[in-house]
Amino acid sequence: MSKMSKVVIPEMPPLEREMIALRIANMLEDGSYVNLGIGIPTLVSNWIEGRDIIIQSEIGMLKCGPLADEGEQDQDRINASCQFVHELPGTCYFNVETSFAMIRGGRMDAAVLGALQVSAKGDLAGWNNPARGLGKTGNIGGSMDLAVGAAKLIVAMEHFTPAGEPKILEVCNYPLTAKECVDVIVTNYALIEVTPKGLVLREAIPGITAEDVQKMTAAKLIVADDFHEMEL
Amino acid sequence: MDKTYASPEEAIADIPDGATIAFGSFFTAGKPTALTRALAKKGVKNLTVVVQQVGTGNEEMLELVTNGQVKKAICNYPFPRSASKGAQHPFEQAVRSGKIQLEIYPIGTFVEKLRCAGAGIPGFYTPTGVGTVVAEGKEVKVFNGIEYLLELALPVDFAFVHAWKGDREGNLIYRFTAQNYNNAMAMAGKVTIAEVETLLEVGELDPNCIHTPGIFVKRVVEIGRPDFSSASV
Repeated sequence: MSKMSKVVIPEMPPLEREMIALRIANMLEDGSYVNLGIGIPTLVSNWIEGRDIIIQSEIGMLKCGPLADEGEQDQDRINASCQFVHELPGTCYFNVETSFAMIRGGRMDAAVLGALQVSAKGDLAGWNNPARGLGKTGNIGGSMDLAVGAAKLIVAMEHFTPAGEPKILEVCNYPLTAKECVDVIVTNYALIEVTPKGLVLREAIPGITAEDVQKMTAAKLIVADDFHEMEL
Repeated sequence: MDKTYASPEEAIADIPDGATIAFGSFFTAGKPTALTRALAKKGVKNLTVVVQQVGTGNEEMLELVTNGQVKKAICNYPFPRSASKGAQHPFEQAVRSGKIQLEIYPIGTFVEKLRCAGAGIPGFYTPTGVGTVVAEGKEVKVFNGIEYLLELALPVDFAFVHAWKGDREGNLIYRFTAQNYNNAMAMAGKVTIAEVETLLEVGELDPNCIHTPGIFVKRVVEIGRPDFSSASV
């Protein structure tokens, strides 16, 4: 693995994972079909109760309901992360070829995915951490299809690795999921939009300055004219 | 037409060494457990298995692996999600040591390769995988300024599918998310073998609700309802 510089970590505590999910939930539009990936993205579903948003699970389920507790579980009803789920009024089931016709055919208004790295151009690396030592193999799952097919791709992730290495870089050095696909990055410190001009810093959490965010980011950030505190 | 067999063992009796076999299931849902166990018992070797994954709750596939029956696997989410679990996992170890050859695809490509094989389409172009390791060695073609990869159909000698209900002529109905890859695999199989929880007489299934028409299914065996509810993670 290539050597990476460490970020400067501010004293201000970062957002909890649930709060990253809340910021993303507030970004989703009513009337939209959304696919949520594994990890922080799954938590977004906790914040959309009562909203007019339909969750697609790529296993083959539209209107995927909340997680099912013991006693309410059915071995034939799981989501794409192998968790037992409930169905809702209006749920429908279908096969994987139909599920990925929805994803590849551009029917997902938004997808929320986790990431290992995102580049200044919006390249996404999320399926293969070289540290695991699997070379060119690994778990691709539906990530490449979602990255290419979703109308809006939102990345939910921690701003840097547990070792303090930056995850937002000029160029990804991990194997790519897809090129130039990310629209917005929401981290535990900031909200950054990928634009043709570069990465635009739009929001930071309370107590964090644009300069702080830049010191945690290994790609050049353009500070938005209306840069402001993240509201939750 | 009566396509029923008395047991999983009889339904798979003619599968030879070196066969390519597709197995339905998305994690634990829709696993052809009885057919896969019968295959482990039969002991045929040098198999190429086409299956979503081997790392999570797929004990039947793992048995084929630990028996040394698998030469090659074609998957889209092959390994356990966690790196530490993966390092202990016999399938991941067999791939790392080169005992099992592994080919991976994004899910949409994986399932479309099977669907195309069933539909007489030799290949297709997709933007998924462009600019990634998936594209290595593949033809790239530009349509309207966008790059697409050529992916080829994936026909299989045998397909094992699991259905909730089936009739003697091979019409199948799946339950909830146990539908998943079973239909595309049934279409891709030269010989598709369906294990069904409940076998019904011809005419007893609602003709409006058939997921896989019997023309894609050569053999049917009734196995009752398997219990793998504890296998989920």
